[in-house]
This record gives sequence, structure tokens and C-alpha cells, in this order.
Amino acid sequence: MGMWAFIAQEIMFFGGLFAGYTVYRYKYLAAFTEGSNHLPIELGALNTAILIGSSFTMAMAVRSAQVGEKGPLLRWILATMALGIAFLGVKSIEYADKYHHNLVPGLSFEGSGQLKIFFSFYFAMTGMHALHMIIGLGIMLWMIPKIRRGTYTREYFSPVENFGLYWHFVDIVWIFLFPLLYLIGRDPWMTIM
Amino acid sequence: MTTDTAITTPTDSRRVHYLNASYGIKSWLLTLDHKRIGILYLVMTTVFFIIGGVFATLIRLELLTPQADVVEAATYNKLFTMHGVAMIFFFLIPAVPAVLGNFLLPIQIGARDVAFPKINLLSWYCFMAGGTLATVAIIMGGVDTGWTFYTPYSSTYSSFYVPLALTGVFINGFSSILTGVNFLTTVHKMRAPGMTWFRLPLFVWAQYATSIIMILGTPVIAITLLLVALENVFGIGIFNPDLGGDPILFQHMFWFYSHPAVYIMIVPGFGVISDVIACFARKRIYGYSFVAFSSLAIALLGFLVWGHHMFTTGQSMYASMVFSFLSFLIAVPTAVKIFNWTATLYKGSVSMECPMYYAMGFIGLFLIGGLTGLFLSTIAIDIHLHDTYFVVAHFHFVMVGGMVMAYLAGLHFWWPKITGCTYSEGWAKVSAVLIFFGFNLTFLPQFVLGYLGMPRRYHVYPEEFQVLNVMSTAGATILAAGYAVLFTYLILSLFMNRRAGPNPWRAKGLEWEIPSPPGPHNFDVTPIVTAEAYAYDEEDVTPATPGAPDEGSPIPREAERTEA
Amino acid sequence: MSDNFPLFPEQASTFAWQVDYLYFLLLGLSAFFAVAVVFFLVLFSFKYRRRSEDERPRPIEGSVALEVTWSIIPLILSLAVFSLGAGAFFRMYRAPENAIDIYVVGKQWMWKIQHPEGKREINELHVPVNQPVRLTLASEDVIHSFFIPAFRTKKDVVPGRYNTMWFEATKVGEYHLFCAEYCGTQHSGMVGRVVVMEQEEFQNWLSGGVSGETMVEAGARQFQQLGCETCHKESDQGRGPKLSGIYGHLVKLTTGQEVVADEDYLRNSILDPGSQVVGGYKPIMPTFQGQLSEETLLQIISYIRSLSDSE
Repeated sequence: MGMWAFIAQEIMFFGGLFAGYTVYRYKYLAAFTEGSNHLPIELGALNTAILIGSSFTMAMAVRSAQVGEKGPLLRWILATMALGIAFLGVKSIEYADKYHHNLVPGLSFEGSGQLKIFFSFYFAMTGMHALHMIIGLGIMLWMIPKIRRGTYTREYFSPVENFGLYWHFVDIVWIFLFPLLYLIGRDPWMTIM
Repeated sequence: MTTDTAITTPTDSRRVHYLNASYGIKSWLLTLDHKRIGILYLVMTTVFFIIGGVFATLIRLELLTPQADVVEAATYNKLFTMHGVAMIFFFLIPAVPAVLGNFLLPIQIGARDVAFPKINLLSWYCFMAGGTLATVAIIMGGVDTGWTFYTPYSSTYSSFYVPLALTGVFINGFSSILTGVNFLTTVHKMRAPGMTWFRLPLFVWAQYATSIIMILGTPVIAITLLLVALENVFGIGIFNPDLGGDPILFQHMFWFYSHPAVYIMIVPGFGVISDVIACFARKRIYGYSFVAFSSLAIALLGFLVWGHHMFTTGQSMYASMVFSFLSFLIAVPTAVKIFNWTATLYKGSVSMECPMYYAMGFIGLFLIGGLTGLFLSTIAIDIHLHDTYFVVAHFHFVMVGGMVMAYLAGLHFWWPKITGCTYSEGWAKVSAVLIFFGFNLTFLPQFVLGYLGMPRRYHVYPEEFQVLNVMSTAGATILAAGYAVLFTYLILSLFMNRRAGPNPWRAKGLEWEIPSPPGPHNFDVTPIVTAEAYAYDEEDVTPATPGAPDEGSPIPREAERTEA
Repeated sequence: MSDNFPLFPEQASTFAWQVDYLYFLLLGLSAFFAVAVVFFLVLFSFKYRRRSEDERPRPIEGSVALEVTWSIIPLILSLAVFSLGAGAFFRMYRAPENAIDIYVVGKQWMWKIQHPEGKREINELHVPVNQPVRLTLASEDVIHSFFIPAFRTKKDVVPGRYNTMWFEATKVGEYHLFCAEYCGTQHSGMVGRVVVMEQEEFQNWLSGGVSGETMVEAGARQFQQLGCETCHKESDQGRGPKLSGIYGHLVKLTTGQEVVADEDYLRNSILDPGSQVVGGYKPIMPTFQGQLSEETLLQIISYIRSLSDSE
């Protein structure tokens, strides 16, 4: 129950960012559309697939915990971690690319003020999301020795379950981020840079 | 687990309770006992109160004269910023929930601890880290934005210390969130058998409502402050009009949290007052369910009124009207509480001890504070009064005349339980009277000043405002004296060896059925609750003389042990 | 110490009595409830004081009817006050047609006022009595707030947009002007006075002293000096839209949105031309961000407005 309450506040946290993004998108439709077109849709789509996969592996992990199978539990957690790391890898490629194209507000930015606002939101939202993923990876790392010791049994697996909730939430945030940032307003025939 | 077998005589220091169960600094700094965590918060919130109070003193000293003769303008601006930040984020918001709530919530519902004791400790460390960072940033650097951090002043025109201070407040936010999650889960999942929702003391209802606000509201300020910090450091342009940003967006996001935040500050106080009045009128609170639900109503409505801080910004007329309307609605559940507390005294058995002094003072002063809020909800009047001393007086009435009085009422009510010592009733009453009068003299003239047009955050002012300012400072001196007396006798009480029994006030509630101070795990056996809340019409559970064995209790106790 | 200490501000505008009336009404209502509650608190504390240690009062039944009554009555009173307040606000919101315009620029830490006829002031605002005045407020830097207590009115001055406020002074005299939104170190120093004069005196004052250009003339000069007319020609053939007649009318943008060409729109078009391009034109206008002060912008906008008046 505590985890649901925590997730409620996470929704409010990201909600603030989403609200701000919505306000500015309405104000600066042209600039935001241009911004969306700068984002690599194939990398975004790849990341979406990776994350959805990781939610699947996470769900399998929870199931393994429920039936008390230590070995599979460990493997599914490792798989989730691998997918999480892959996501972050793709993200870093994206970020590096933005840097090369001088689209990072605060570091090297060329473009109108409104485009800067778009990219500020892009980095703030995906950055926050990535931070939550890194925390999730950290928690999984911390869980590994416990799994190996057999801490989680059929009777006591709520930490795994709760973490599963957290991980699914992080996934869902991305599922909202991806269309909002990458997809809407996009010119379907425009080639990605 | 230490067993608390016979109730020994009061002077028997061999009895083990939460204070002497273990010694040493590690046992305190790594404690998982909610009672010790409450004490940790008590000490640190008091420190921040003193810091905030010192800055308030300097402010009032400067305002004795129309010119700048105590401090220069830049310093003055840092003074009121620090006063606001310290008092709001590091005293008022944690005070009742983290001090009294942490200590009493599990006991009042019959539990041994909160749902997540480690997270409880983490919450204190977040508070400490955030408070230290913010204080250091403001003292060392140049944070002069006011506690409201309005953009673009805070994001584009201000020093680097601003993001540091903002980070401090951000970290402190986690303290609130974690406490809220903890309390919510505890109330839902850990009530003793028989403790149904409607048998809960109203203090618990109040904490519950507050937890909801903490959980839903704090993340919004977190992200808002984070964005301001990013803007200050990286120049990202969200609130900077030169880059197409909107400074008013900041205000919307800031007040979306900060208005509910004021309810985080006051609703726990409401809970304290309910428990205190019930005890000192020796009657069940009139209209229990109405009072309980009004806390929830206030929590919910509180999220809908943030725009009433922004009537003069140029927001749309229709938005202003909607916010004004909703702000008037909030007056109703609040009024309901006041009427119910008053009605509780009817045909009661009223005894005026010190906690009751504070409770009565609370009702009067909070009433004035709340009513002046109506002035500010009326848009036409607010246009004149916005950003004047009228607003300053209003919020000090509700926060100091309201919240601090409620906190002191609770502190005095539960002091014997928390410390096992009794304080000097005579000095307590002296202090209460000094505080009451000092407070009124400080802030009533400020209503007049506000209507006259004296703006807030002014370092120098027109000469004709001086007489009222002098009155205000005189009041502040008396108020400070009152607080000084308060600290003195409370601290002295710890050394004067006057032991308190389990129930010096003959009050109802699970906390009064265990020894003072409580044992490390609160209850030896899990209580089974059959009595309604505030069952003052029934026989006393514990006898009036402390130390006598427990007999003839109408609440049967379960004989077997509980699970670990 | 001053031996004159007022306890109530002067009433010097048509708003003042409206606001004061609401204020006293609320004061009366509040006093009534406060006194009533305190009366009962004291009465009950005394009448039902504890007489013996073991006294045990009988519980009284709650009454839903009572609860509802004392919820409904405050609700009705609240709504009544709300409506009165909202009505007054509605009247205060929109300036009457015959208001004269004066332009105010706030910057850290002074007020710069421009009259359309050309007169400029710093930290002082001269206005005629019994004549509605509309102020257009702009900020050079941070948020300020233009506050005249005697008129019971204020408005925030927000960078990046224009806010307007209006009042009608009813009494000749001098009144405080304060900045009412914290804006930095010398916030308390950003004060001045509003001088209300008889109409004739005001006209004399306006035309007296060093004769400078009117705002429209200044704007026209800037328009030419900055090269605006190279693209914004009198005809429709220019690279930019024709500006005469544009003020106050609907404009269709390339995105399909239709907006009103008001002061905010014109200001935005000069500082961030790419954001709201008129349909049918290319986004080639250079930005003047950082090159023009708020006062200059107001002058240029006055000039563009005058192009419509001459239609």
C-alpha cells in the first residue's frame, strides 16, 4: 500500500512536467513540432520496445518470487537489468547526438528561445525518467545478493512485488513520454537526421 | 523485547522505557523507534524555530524606524527570506506531523510502530540534510528571493546560492513525502483489533488527511523548484520571458503545492485541538464525523484554490472568479470545526489547565486569521490588500496564532507522556498569557498597516507608518519573552524530577493507558478496542493516582502475545 | 516619530468606496461571528467549569440538523460576499471607453512613465481628476507591481507581457505609489507619488516644459530608423504585412490560428517574430530581442496603433 501511495506522488511529480510541457506546446506549437521532428523516432521506438520487454521480464520475476523459485527469479531480474541498461545505452547515444547538433540547453544550444524550451523539457523529462531507471537498477543490484541468499520466499516476496510496481510505473511514464515528445505533430514522411 | 510487567512506583528508575532502553549517540541516530524519531524531530524543529525567530527579531528591530539603520537593504532581504524558509519548511511543516504525529500516531491506533520504521528514520535524515543545505546556502550566500522564489528574479537575476537553497528544500520535500506514505499506510494497515475508523481519535484523522496532501502536493513543488534551479544554472528558459518562457507559470506551479502546504501546516493542529478539548471538557467532540470529514474536505478543496495568490498577475477574470469562489467554499468546513469545538464545551466539565489555555487561544486567533482570509478571497478587496502587511498579518494569525498555539497545546498536553515529567503549571500559564498578548500586539496593528497600504518585504517605509510598526515590534518583544519562559520551564522540567503518571489529565485514548514514558514497543499486548473515541462518559480506565495497578478496566485486554 | 499617524487610507478614486464598503461589510460579519464564538467559548468555559474531580458529564447527542444549519448559513453568507466582490471586480476589470492612456515601465528600481503627448516622468505620475486613466504596464526585468493605496488598486508588472489597469481619481492631491512585488535589493526604494490635478492644470502641465516628441512621433522615428518600413510598406506588396489598420483586428497566422493584433501581439512580433507569422508571409523578420527598451517598444506600438486611428 505504501508503494501505491509513493507511486501516487510520482504521478504528481511527472504530472508537473507534463502540465508544463502541455502549456508550452499550446503556446509554441510550431517550435514544439519542429523539436519533435528533431528527435530520432527509431531510437525512441527501440527504447519503447526495450522497456516493454523489461516489464515483461519483471512480471516474470515477480511470478518466480511468488512460487519461490530462486534461480529463475535471479535470471529474470538480471534480464530486466540488462534491458534497463540497454535502454540507458540507447538514451546516451541520443543525448550524445543532441550534443553534437548543439541542441543541449545550458551546454551548447543553437536555436530559437522556444526551441530551447522544447529541449529543456525533453532533457528534464527524459532525464528524470532516466534517473528513476538508474535508481531502479540500483535497487535491483541491491536485491541480487538477497536473492542468492534466499531471502525471498513464497511467504515473503513483497519487496519484489513492490519493486515490480515501481518498475512498471517507470515503464508507463515512458509510454506517455514517447508519443508526447517524439510522435505527435510529427511529419510522417520527414527523414530523421 | 523488554517486558514491562508491573507498573512500578513513579520514582523507580529501573523501569525500562524508550528513553533509557539504550544509550549512546548511535542508539539515537540509528534508532528505528518512532518515539525516538519524534524526539529527534522535536530537537531539530526547535533549532530551526529559534533560527527563524532570530531573523524575525532582526526584522522587527529594523522596522522600528522608517529608515535603514540596523541592516542594509541586501541583508534585510536575506533576513526575511531565511525567516520564511526556516519557519515554513523546517518548522511548521514538520512540527505537528513529524513530532507529535510520529510519537503518537502508532500509539493512538494501538500499534507498535509505524509501517516503515526505516523509512521514518530516512525521513528525518532528509529533513536534516535539506535543512542544513538550505540554511548554509542562505547564510553564506545571497539568497534574497523571499521564500516564494518568484521568477524571473530567482532564476535569471539571482546568485548561484539560490539553486543550493532550492536543492535543500527539494531534499526536505522527501521528508514530507516519506512521512506521508508512512502514516497513510500505518493508519490503513496497522490499527489494533476493534479500532474502527470511527473510533479513531480526531488527531489520527487529521494526520491522515495531512498525509494525503503531503503525498500529492509535495512532488509538484519538487519539480517546480528543480526547474527553477536548472534555469538558474543552465539558463534553460522555461520561466525566462526573454526566451519565450512564462514567469507566471512558475507561480501557478509553486502555489499549486504551496497552498495545500498551508493545510499541511494547520490540519494536524486541528487534530491536536480536538483531542485537547475533548479531554479538558471531558466530553466527546460534538459532531465527531463532521469534524473528521471536514479535515478531508479541507484537504481536497485545498488543491483547487491556488489561484487566489495570483489575482493581480493579470490572469483571466474568469479564472480569478473561480478561484475566489472555491476559496470561499473552504471557509465552510473550517467554520464547522470551530462551531463543533465550541459546542463540545456545552454541558461539559471544563477545566482550564495550560493545554486548554492554548486551545482556547487557538480558537480565537485562528478564527480571526481565517476570517481575514475571507477578505483576501474577495477579489476586489484582495487587489488592494495583495502584497501588503494585511496578508502578513493574516498568515501569521493562522500560522502562529493558529498552528503554533495548537502545537504548544499538544506539546503541553502530551509532555508528561513523552518525557515522563511534569512542567510547572504556574509558569506555563504565565508563558501562555505572554504569548497570547505579545502575539496580538505584534500582528493586529499589521492589519491596519496593510489596509493603509504598507507593502510587504519593505526595508524602509513612509514615516506615517511608524507608530504602528513600533507597536508591532513591542508586541514581538513580549512574544519573544513568552517563548523564552516557555523554553526555560520545559527544559527545567526534565531535570526537576517530578515524575508523571500514565494519565495525569484523566484523558481517554490508548496513549493514556500505557506508562509515561512509554516502553520501547508501546504495548506489551495488543489492545483490543471496544470503546468509542472520546468515551469520557465512561469510567476512567486508569485511576487518578499514578502508579496504582490497572484494575477493573472496561476495555478487556488480550492475554496472549502479539507477533513480532 | 511622526505625530500624524493615519489609521485608514484616503479615498481618492471611484474604486475606493466600493472596496471600503465591502471591507466594512466583511468586517461587520467577521466581528459578529468572532464575538459570538468567543462569547460562547467564555460562557461555556465558565458555566460548565469543572466543579469536582470525578465529574462526568452526560454525553449529548449530535444533531445533524444543527450541523447542517451552521454549515449552510456560513455558506450562504460566503456566497453573498463572493458575489458582491465578484461584481465589484468585474467593474474594476475593464477600463471605460473614454479612458486616456498612460504608459508605465517598471525596472529595477524605478518607475518610468510616458504620456502619449510626450511628457515623461520618473517615479511620479500626474493624472487629471475625474477622468478614467488606463495604464499599460511593462517590465524591463523582473516582476514588479504598481500600487496606489489611495485608489485601492494595483496590478503586477510582468516581464514578457503587458498588463493593464485603470482608475478614476476623485480627489486632487498627492498619493503614495509603491512597488508591491518583491523585486530585489531596492524594492522598498521603488516608491513615488501620484499627483492628481484639476483637468485644466493637467493640460497645462502636459504641454508645459521642454516640448519633446509625442509617443507617436517617437515611434514613427524609430520605425524609420530601425528599417521597419523596408518590409512593412503601405501597400500589400511588402515582404511583411501592411500595418495600417492592423491594430485591434483579427490576424490569421500560418498555423491557422486567429489572434487579435493587440499590444502583446505587436510586442511579441517585434521580439520573437518567428513565433506568430501572419499567414501568407515567410518567417524572415529579424528579431529585435535585447535591442529595444520597453519604452521604445511602447512608442513603436503607439505609432502602429495610430496608423489604425487614421483609417
